[in-house]
Amino acid sequence: MAEECCVSGGNIMILSCSGGSNVGQLANQAAVELTQEGFGKIYCLAGIGGRLAGFVQSAKEVDQLIVIDGCEIGCGKATLESAGVPLRSYLVVTEIGVEKNKNFKLEREEVEKVKETVKNVLKESSFSPGAPNMASGGSCCA
Amino acid sequence: MEIKVLGPGCAKCQKTEQVVKEAVAESGIDAQVVKVTDTMEIAKSGVFGTPAVIVDGQVKAVGKVPSKQDVLKWIKK
Repeated sequence: MAEECCVSGGNIMILSCSGGSNVGQLANQAAVELTQEGFGKIYCLAGIGGRLAGFVQSAKEVDQLIVIDGCEIGCGKATLESAGVPLRSYLVVTEIGVEKNKNFKLEREEVEKVKETVKNVLKESSFSPGAPNMASGGSCCA
Repeated sequence: MEIKVLGPGCAKCQKTEQVVKEAVAESGIDAQVVKVTDTMEIAKSGVFGTPAVIVDGQVKAVGKVPSKQDVLKWIKK
């Protein structure tokens, strides 16, 4: 019998862009590493985009959720909006000082920067539930 | 009516199954309660965590034990 079966990562769902640029892949890599470190759990943005019931309902019900978009095009945000999932914590990689390009050799310090910002955004959102918590330029706005 | 309770078998999953069965008995509704423990089947459903409850294909609860009142609300609708 499984001793525990509930979601690991403190019920933090991480949904990330994985688009065709460095920032899309930085978002994804940060999400993967945060999951491996036990801080949250990467989940399936595509499942939400495909309106698969389990994915959509899970995103609506999870305790904490953060969407990491690579750039201001905001595909992750748009995916949630179109599926009727409220946007809670949100981060755009280009808005924390990373320039978008097509170089897929990711910089370690940029991955770490994204991860750190995710943690800060979620820490601040736990103090102020309700309104969406966004990260931009390293600070969170109300 | 088919009610699926998803979970590989921890205390919370068992509690959820118990709550669902109690709600079904109390409601008098003809419903089959199916416990899904296979991890591949659970993954296919798309739920983020377990326990999870699916009523006639609709995901109703994810990652928590629902109250009996909630279950009654879902099945009496």
